Formats: sequence, structure tokens, C-alpha cells
Amino acid sequence: MLKTLRKIGSIGLVSEPAPAPDELLRLRRTLDARVTEVLGRALCIRHVDAGSCNGCELEIVALNNAFYNLEGCNIRFVASPRHADLLLVTGPVTANMEAALKRVYDAMPGPKLVVALGDCGCTGGIFGERGASRGRVANVIPVDVAVPGCPPNPARILQGLLTAISPGVATSER
Amino acid sequence: MPMRRWWDRAQALAGAPSLRGVGVCAEDWLQAARDVAAAGGRLLSLWGSGEPRDTESAAIYAAYLSDLGVLILQLPIERKTGDESGDYPGLEEIFPAASRLQRAAFDISGVRSSDPDRRPWLRHGKDYDFVRVDGEGVHEIAVGPVHAGTIEPGHFRFSVVGEKVLRLEERLGYTHKGVEQRFTELPILEAHRLAARVCGDSAVAYSWAYCQALEGISGCVIPARAAWLRAAFLELERVANHLGDLGALGNDAGFAFGLAQFSRLKEELLRAVSAALGQRYLLDAIVPGGTTVDLSPEAGRALANTVRKVCEEATELRAIYDEHSGVRDRFTGAGRLAPELAIRLGVLGLVGRASGQPLDARVDLPCAPYTELAVSKVVQSGGDVAARVAVRFEELAVSARLLERMLEGLPPGGHVENIEAPTDGTFGAGLIEGWRGPVLIALEAGPGGSIRRCHPHDSSWQGWPAIEHAIIGNIVADFPLINKSFNLAYSGVDL
Repeated sequence: MLKTLRKIGSIGLVSEPAPAPDELLRLRRTLDARVTEVLGRALCIRHVDAGSCNGCELEIVALNNAFYNLEGCNIRFVASPRHADLLLVTGPVTANMEAALKRVYDAMPGPKLVVALGDCGCTGGIFGERGASRGRVANVIPVDVAVPGCPPNPARILQGLLTAISPGVATSER
Repeated sequence: MPMRRWWDRAQALAGAPSLRGVGVCAEDWLQAARDVAAAGGRLLSLWGSGEPRDTESAAIYAAYLSDLGVLILQLPIERKTGDESGDYPGLEEIFPAASRLQRAAFDISGVRSSDPDRRPWLRHGKDYDFVRVDGEGVHEIAVGPVHAGTIEPGHFRFSVVGEKVLRLEERLGYTHKGVEQRFTELPILEAHRLAARVCGDSAVAYSWAYCQALEGISGCVIPARAAWLRAAFLELERVANHLGDLGALGNDAGFAFGLAQFSRLKEELLRAVSAALGQRYLLDAIVPGGTTVDLSPEAGRALANTVRKVCEEATELRAIYDEHSGVRDRFTGAGRLAPELAIRLGVLGLVGRASGQPLDARVDLPCAPYTELAVSKVVQSGGDVAARVAVRFEELAVSARLLERMLEGLPPGGHVENIEAPTDGTFGAGLIEGWRGPVLIALEAGPGGSIRRCHPHDSSWQGWPAIEHAIIGNIVADFPLINKSFNLAYSGVDL
């Protein structure tokens, strides 16, 4: 226990310091303010891997590390689509995941946002659109924001989330 | 006929002395499998070729891993449509891992084994016939394909009594994107990009194995510096993934401190990799003929410093994991895969090494630069979550030592060589020990710089059936922890 406490004490806070004139930090601040303004509570995200290579997932997981501190921006991942405001979809949608993705989308309460993440989610990427791959996410469910990259880095994902909750993007009652 | 005779009959594949190939007839196909098994060899991979409706060029391939090297058998097939006995004799009785590989080969290439289990594996229909467990108080829990966290999709069907798991049956294939088909649509000199995206967390291992196969049949010898850079990329990939897993495993055992610390270390490493090489994950770092990026001495030193610091901290954290009674309680004895069972199931890679199987292609069948490096094999015999955690901790230390040598001692010279497309009909293979285990790429060139056939194989094919055994008798709530301790690929096996 002593070692654990000493380790915690010796590491201190690694969250990016507030006053630093840093792109990433500005992004996080804006994101936090925007979430509070739009929702008045945390933005809840449900992630679905609709056929990804697992590359985008690595960066989504990284969002929760102490550096990007996603929960500190008032954004969290939720286990059920019933609790989600935003659906984050990775991968080209495979034929085998098409039904599951639609069911998750249908299970979300309106208004709902959809962000397609990564080159595959945006365009089908290197896997294209034929046979077992349905291609981009927008071929299967309506998409509000597409975030390219292979994989997009965490700052880019944050930027995409900010875009999704900016005025004029979507949130029509679906 | 002993294993040795098959090996002597086979021809070395171009540019890959420890990999050999031979064509066989249907009787030899089974006999060779028995001989390999008798000699303690493993089934490394199995795949088919040919379009479902094409009756001429169909064949089935099996790759075996033995002390001698990798032996690839090719059995040409005359398709017997409507025949209940199948197109070729199945290997599932000799090598259990063959069962799903044979079902996948049918879904992709339309060649049918004699295995009576004919349920589709990759091509999902409406219903799937799960094996039902009957008895008083037995009920089923169905999980997935969409899970509660950020992980890949797959379906798990548990048959339980109370909290205890009697049986688990996996249903994968959800991320099946038609990768093998896609390979045939890409130019052979560009498809390394697709290889890197078969399984994104193992991009270096896959793209290297692909390039190794291609360079072998093209007669391209890469510069020594390129080989060393590739090996450094591979070890960086191993370190990053092990750090991520160790954090997630602490978290799954209820120790959030572990996740916070290890994900911080992983991020520090990724930032250092990005500063030195221009990308956090090395998806596009390896190309046919060499690498896209070089490493300056300063960048190499900076990266080596970060690796050293990160791995030193990991050692410190290991002591905390080891002394934490709650973590030890969850890790010890959970999801045990006994060494005898690991042998029977033919488990490879990290999971195998945690169950007493001393197999590591970096040592057993080394390519340059591993031929010049002394890699210590990490083996544990416990077979439980604790053993798989211990293997990761120890491999971190081994990789850190290797990286120290690689990053500061790169041989001089260029990092990429010109490469020409191979001639039509040539067949090559590449084998790289990724962080999960061996990755095999079998590649057959087509006319005009095209690909006739490319089969990528992940050792997760051998690992998935092992989880079904390791979970028996454990409680359902321990499944996430046990599953994470294996951390097998979905996309890598769904193809």
C-alpha cells in the first residue's frame, strides 16, 4: 500500500496544465464548455466497432488516459445505447455487423448524433465497398460528422466530438 | 514416415530458408499431419485457394511449425459437389484448431473438409446452431457482438449454473471484411498497406511478414539497416501493446491505479515514437524493400531513453501488482490453461508461453537481425491470468534490452532498396513473431504485378478455442479478466 501511495505521490498530476497555450488544451476547454452549454450534463458516447481493424480502438482507449482526460471534459463512454447521446462508429461496416449497428442506432433515444471515425468509417478506407464490406458508415445509418485518419489521433477525435456538438451540425429528431 | 522425410521432400521457399513447401496427394495429406503431430509439431495455419465456383485451381494448404522450420503442404482439389465426404480429409481430429480454419476456408474458397461440423464461420446466416447444455438449473447467457466497452465485436454464449460457467461457445466473424479477396484486387507492391490493416494493433508484424514473403519471391535483399529498423518497430509495438494490456488487466481486477499508470506510460511511449518516427502507430512504416522512415542518432537516443524510463517504471509497478492482495487474488488461478491442454490445442505465442510452451519465432526461426541478437524466451508454466501477466512483464524487460541495442546500434547505410514485382506463379511466405504470437503471410504472385492469393494468419486462431477451455469452472464475472489476459485478435481472424 505504501508503495502504491508513494507511486501516486511521485507521479503527481500528469493532466495537461491549464494555462499552457497548447492546441490540445484549448480544444479540451472548448469541448467542456460546449458540452455543458448544449447538454447541461456529461455527453454520453456509445462506441460500436462495426468492422474496424482495431487501430481506431487503440486511440479511443487513449482518450481516457490521464493526458487527454476525456472524463475531465465532461464526456464519458456508456455501456448501453439507451444512455447515449452520441454513437461513435469505427470500421467499414461489415455485412455481419450491419444488423447489430442498426439495432444500436435504433435503441438510442433522440435526438442522436453519429460520428464516423477513421478512414474506413468515412469512406470504407482500404477495404472499400463490396462483398463482405458495406463500406462507409453513412451507407448504413445517418452520419453527422466524419473524422478521417488511420487512425485519427486522440486530439483529432476530440476535435470531431466538438464539431458534432457545434450548432448547425445535426440533432434533428430522428 | 517420420517428419524429417516430409521436410527433405519439400523445397525451400525463395528467400526463406526455414520455410519449405511441397505438393501432396490426399493420403499424404493425412499421413503428413500425423507425422508432424508425432514429432511434436503444431498446425500453424490452414487455408484454401480458388473461387467458390471455380473448379480448376482449387487447393488446400496447411502450414506446420516444427523444430525444423515451417512446412507448407499443398493439396490440389477436385471439387466433388454434393458429396457428403467433402473435398479433402479434415485435420480436426489431429489438430483441433483446424476445425474453424476449415470452416473459414470453405466460406472463403468453397473447398469443403470432411469435418461433419459444417456450420458457417465467416459467412453469417440468420441462425447459428449453438451447442445446448441441458440439465437442472442450466441457463444461457448471450453476450455480444456489441460489448459494453471499447472492444472488437464477437458473440459469446455461456451455459451456466448459478455463476459457474459450464461451457462457453464463441461465435466470431463479425469483422469479416473480405480481406483475402481484397488482396487480389491490389498491386502486389502496394498491398503491404492492407496487410498492416488486417489487425491494426499488430501492424508492424503483419506488414513485415507480408514484405518478407514478397521480398523472398522478388529476390530483393533489404539493407541491414532496414532489418534492424523493422525489428525496432516490432519491439516498440510489443512494448506498447503489453503496457496497454497490463493496465487493462489491473483495471479488470478492480485496481484502477494500474490502468491510470500503464495508460500514462503507454502514452509517453507513443508520443516518443511519434516524435522520432512521425506516427504513433507504425501502420505505414514498413514497405517492400525496407522502411519509409529512418531514425537519426539523436531521435534514436531520445526514443531509447523513453523506452528505458517506461520499462523501469513498469518494473516498479510489477512489484505493486505482486504485493496487492486483491490483484493477486483475482489473477492467481483464474482462467487456467494447463500445459498439457496447451499442447493438445496447439496454442502458440504469448498464451502458449504462459502455459509452458517455449515457442518464439524470434529464437526458433529467426530472421535478420534476430539472428545476431540473443532474445531470451520468456516461459511460465502456471497457465493462469497471473502467468499471462508475468509473461508480459518479463517480455517488456526483454524488449527494452533489445531496443537499447537496436536504437543505438543501427548499422549504417540506406533504409530502403528497389524492388521489382515477382514473376507470375511464384509462392512465398513470411513469419514474424508479433506481440500476440507468430504471424504468417502466404503470398502467391499473379500476372503483371498482381496477387493471385494472399493468406494472413494470426495465432489467435489457436488461442480462441483455448479460452473456451480456460473459462470452464470459472465464474461469469471473471470472463472479462480472463479474456483480456488472452487479448486475442478479432479482426485478425475474421479476415
